Amino acid sequence: MAIIEGPVIRLGENIDTDLLFPGKYLHIFDAKEMAQHALEGVDPAYPEKIGGRGIIVAGRNFGCGSSREQAATCLASVGIKAIVAPSFARIFFRNAINQGIILVQVAEELAVEDGDSITIDLDSSLIKYDRKEVSFTPLPEFLLEIVESGGLVEYTRRMLEG
Amino acid sequence: MGRASVAPGEIIEASPDGVMSHENAGLVIRQFQAMGAEKVFDPEKIHIIFDHRVPANSEKTAEGQALVRRFVSAQGIAHFHDVGDGVCHQVMMEEHYIKPGGVYLGTDSHTTSYGALSAFSTGIGATEMASVWATGKIWLRVPQTLRILVDGEFPCGVYAKDLILSIIRDVTAEGANYMAVEFDGPALERLSISERFTLCNLSMEMGAKSAGCPPNQVLKDYLGKDYREAPWSDGDAEFFCTMQYDLAKIEPVVACPHQVDNVKPISEVAGLELNQVFLGSCTNGREDDLAVASEIIKGKMIHPRIRLIIAPASREVMLASIASGHLQELIKAGGTLITPGCGPCLGAHQGLLAGGERALATSNRNFKGRMGSPDAEVYLASPATAAASALAGVIADPREFL
Repeated sequence: MAIIEGPVIRLGENIDTDLLFPGKYLHIFDAKEMAQHALEGVDPAYPEKIGGRGIIVAGRNFGCGSSREQAATCLASVGIKAIVAPSFARIFFRNAINQGIILVQVAEELAVEDGDSITIDLDSSLIKYDRKEVSFTPLPEFLLEIVESGGLVEYTRRMLEG
Repeated sequence: MGRASVAPGEIIEASPDGVMSHENAGLVIRQFQAMGAEKVFDPEKIHIIFDHRVPANSEKTAEGQALVRRFVSAQGIAHFHDVGDGVCHQVMMEEHYIKPGGVYLGTDSHTTSYGALSAFSTGIGATEMASVWATGKIWLRVPQTLRILVDGEFPCGVYAKDLILSIIRDVTAEGANYMAVEFDGPALERLSISERFTLCNLSMEMGAKSAGCPPNQVLKDYLGKDYREAPWSDGDAEFFCTMQYDLAKIEPVVACPHQVDNVKPISEVAGLELNQVFLGSCTNGREDDLAVASEIIKGKMIHPRIRLIIAPASREVMLASIASGHLQELIKAGGTLITPGCGPCLGAHQGLLAGGERALATSNRNFKGRMGSPDAEVYLASPATAAASALAGVIADPREFL
C-alpha cells in the first residue's frame, strides 16, 4: 500500500456523479457490471480508454452530485487505486474510502497530462512527478484502516466478527 | 450522542434517530449481507421509500424492488412505502418521521432537506448505510457553519427557488463543501415549510453536508403535536462566514447547463427554445408549486412543441392538487401526469431527452446527461418560470404572465 505509481487518467474540474456513472445504470448492483460503465459520461470511449491505469488526477470538487455509490464502486471495480484532486465532494469522499480507494487532497491541481506517470508515496505523504515533489495531508488513521481492509464491507465484517 | 458540546473538525460517533433509503436499499441489503450482518440495528428506525423508478421501469428494477420487499418483511422494517407514495424526502416530512433536533441519514444526496424541520440530516452511500444498519452508528466530522441571513419579502414572480439558486451562484458548487448551511433572519418567520424545504434541499448543490432552518412558529404550526424543541445557534455561535440576502432584490434566475452554479438572470436566457418542461421533484413538486404553475397556465394551452411532465412529489400532494383543481387545470392545458416520484429528474425514465433537445425543469440538477442524452440541455428554475415557459415554448419570465 505504501506506494501507488503509474500513468494517470487526467480529468477536469467538477467531475460529477453523472459523468462518473450515468443515472440510467443505477439499477446495477453488481460491481463487475458497474465497471463496464465507469467514466462513460465523461466520454463513451471509457472505460476501455482507461487501459489499466490506476490513478485519476483531476481538478476541484471531484465527485460532486448524487450519493450514488456506484460512482465510486465502478472506479474501484475498474482498478482505480487513488484519486488526486484539490477537493472532493463529501459523499463521494466517504463512498470512495468505503470502496477502498485512496483519496489524496493536494493544495493545487497537479500539472500533469493524461498518461503522464506519477508516484504517490503514502509513507512520506509525497507525490513525485517530473522531478517535482508535492506534499499532502494523509488521511486520518481510521480511514486508512478502512482502505487497507479493502473497504467498509470487509472492515465492518471483521468488526462484527471480532 | 450524550455530549454537551463538540467543535468543528472533531470526529464523533453518532447514533441516528432515523435512516432512509429508496430503491438503492437493494444495494444496501447486498452490502449488509456481504458484511455478514443478520439483523438490522433497529427496524423501527429504518425507512424505505420507493421513488426512483416507480412503477418498475424494467425487469431488473422489478427484481431489485422485489428483493427489498422480501427483506422488509423478513426484518420487520417498520416504515416501508411502496410505489406511488411519493419522493422519499417528501414522504419523510409528510409522515412526520423527521423530528426537530434529530439526526437522520439517507442514501440520497438531497437528504439535506430535513433541515427544513430543524433536524440534522445528511446523505451517505449504500455501503455506509449497510454499516449503519448493522451497527446503528456512523462517524461524522463536525462541520463548520455557513450562515445565511435573509430579510425582506419576495417581489411578485420570485420564489424560494430563485433565492437558493442565487445563493448557489454566489457560494459556487463547492463553496459549502463539508459545511452546515444555516438559514436565519427575519424572513424565516414568514417562509413556509415548503419554501424552507426547497432551500435545504438545494443546499446540497453547493456541497453542504447539512442545512437548517430555525425551529419557530412556522415549524410548530406545521408539526402540531409532533413539534419538539430543537437546538439552534445562540449568541456565542461562531460561523465560517455570514452572508446576507434581501429578498426584495432577488429576481427570477435560471441555472444553465451543465452546472447548478451556472446561474443567470432570466433576461439573459429568455427566448431559448424548449422541448420539455418538468414540473416536480423533491425540490419543487409540492402543492404550492403546482398551484403557482396552475394559476399561470389556467385556461390556456401549453405551446404545441412542449411536453409538460407533471410529477406530484407525493400521493398526498397529488390528492390535494386534485381537490384544489390545480392538477385538472394543468392536465387540461396539455400537461402529462406521471406517478408521484422522482420521474425524469435523474434520467431513469418517464421523459428522457433526445440529443439536441432542451428542457426546463423545477428539479435540482442539470449535469450533462442527467435527464437522458449527454447532448441535451437542462435548465433549472422555479415552478412559475416553468409554467410561463411551457406556455411560451421558450424560456420565459414569469413576471410577464402574472
